[in-house]
Amino acid sequence: MPLLEMDNVTKMFGGLTAVHNVSFTVEQGAIVAMIGPNGAGKSTIFNLITGIYEPTKGTIEFADHHIEGLPTYQITASGIARTFQNIRLFAFMSALDNVMTGEHARMKAKLWDSLLHTPGQRKEEAQVQARARELLAFVGLEGDAEKYARNLPYGSQRRLEIGRALASEPRLLLLDEPAAGMNPREKEDLMDLIRRIRERGVTVFLIEHDMGLVMNISERVTVLDHGDKIAEGTPAEIRSNQRVIEAYLGKPA
Amino acid sequence: MHNVLQQLVNGLSLGGIYALIALGYTMVYGIIELINFAHGDVYTLGTFFSLAILGLLGVSNQLHGTPLVIDVAITVIGAMILCGLVGVVIERFAYRPLRNAPRLAPLITAIGVSFILENVMQLWRGPSPVPFPQVFPNPAWVVGGIEIQAKQMMVILFAIVMMVALQLFIYNTKLGKAMRATAQDRDAAQLMGINVNATIALTFLIGSALAGAAGFVSGVYYQSTWFFNGFNAGLKAFTAAVLGGIGNLAGAMLGGFLIGLIEALANLFPNGNQWSNVVVFSVLVLVLIFRPSGLLGESLPEKV
Repeated sequence: MPLLEMDNVTKMFGGLTAVHNVSFTVEQGAIVAMIGPNGAGKSTIFNLITGIYEPTKGTIEFADHHIEGLPTYQITASGIARTFQNIRLFAFMSALDNVMTGEHARMKAKLWDSLLHTPGQRKEEAQVQARARELLAFVGLEGDAEKYARNLPYGSQRRLEIGRALASEPRLLLLDEPAAGMNPREKEDLMDLIRRIRERGVTVFLIEHDMGLVMNISERVTVLDHGDKIAEGTPAEIRSNQRVIEAYLGKPA
Repeated sequence: MHNVLQQLVNGLSLGGIYALIALGYTMVYGIIELINFAHGDVYTLGTFFSLAILGLLGVSNQLHGTPLVIDVAITVIGAMILCGLVGVVIERFAYRPLRNAPRLAPLITAIGVSFILENVMQLWRGPSPVPFPQVFPNPAWVVGGIEIQAKQMMVILFAIVMMVALQLFIYNTKLGKAMRATAQDRDAAQLMGINVNATIALTFLIGSALAGAAGFVSGVYYQSTWFFNGFNAGLKAFTAAVLGGIGNLAGAMLGGFLIGLIEALANLFPNGNQWSNVVVFSVLVLVLIFRPSGLLGESLPEKV
């Protein structure tokens, strides 16, 4: 059953077509990847799914509901979370507070509860904090809970972003170049983390330049070039696809 | 020496009022990087609303015992709610449409909103100073030659209670975290499921409610007000926010008390009261030249 379904989606910025008639589906429980040269429109696809951009044309369905045109915070509440290509943590908050902020969409406290510090509100804060610590442990940051996000090493910041995204209890997790800037050892850990995330029942959709990682963990790969989908298939099929090779290496003379 | 200590007490109560106003400046700046020049007038509006509510309650003289507690509570809460709503309306209709405009546009709009509020208040209560009833009994104690009035204690205590409550809210609640997150990265906050528009409105609600509380306190303290009060007080509170580090909550409180103390100590010099504005705004100029990030601007960059 498809969890996410993009149907003929086009996004234009003025006269520039960033994404052109792209259709694809993400199956529930899968790990899928999208690859393509720089400027192919991959991040635009993530921004379309999360509601930062509205499609010029086409529809996006998530868990059988249309989400195109919804405000971002509602899309997050419906079960989609993401990380960013260039890390966008709340730099001046502790790691723990970052993750707790991620749980925002799942919390029930209303304005009055917060203003008056009702017992219900305090109980919820305590529960949320316990869950946030559990998630920090899950991404391997249990010792860094009280540190400011900006004081963490780069690899830890990437893991914290994933932890924060998981805090909203997503059904679909979008990872935007999670392995960027990582060394081989960190990439191994990342692959392990992505597999463990899937075991929690979260579908993972990643954009990545690192072919080793993509081919190793994805079940399906979609290839984008200049805003067009040029191929889709298993890693083995993609590896031998002529158009993909041309997109990356250029046409033979 | 007596005079110095006496002025310290005066300065702290004055500073409490500035600190409450400065919080609103700094919260709004922290979240949308706008200097809300209408904020000083929301503060004056707080005094006017308090007057109106006291009028409705039929209070014109000193109160004692239970009526004192009940009437004061109704007045403070009423003024805070009304000012909070005014703040939300200002944000919704004057600033939100300009959220993505060049930064000069909302700034000029803020000055325009300030004029509107001042003129509305002038129409409402006239151009002359308006007396504010002395609702509190005001005994004074003399400690070591320094006179401490009950209302001075009240102002300081009131300011401190409000600030502690605000800190608890910002650091221990979901909405407080939403405000901090929105201040640091609006797009990322949206992707955490935070309704950014509602969060910005909430910031105006709380900041303006604090100004309303300050308005009530200043009415009690000065026993008079007039429509143009907020201009001067607003500028001084703005100076306090800059001194502490604009966008920084603890900085606004510290800056508020410091500005109050500086202004009071200026009174120690001959004709000092005529120079107090010069002294205060000289501080603003010096801070902008030598430490534009403010006293706490760098070591504690937490902003809301």
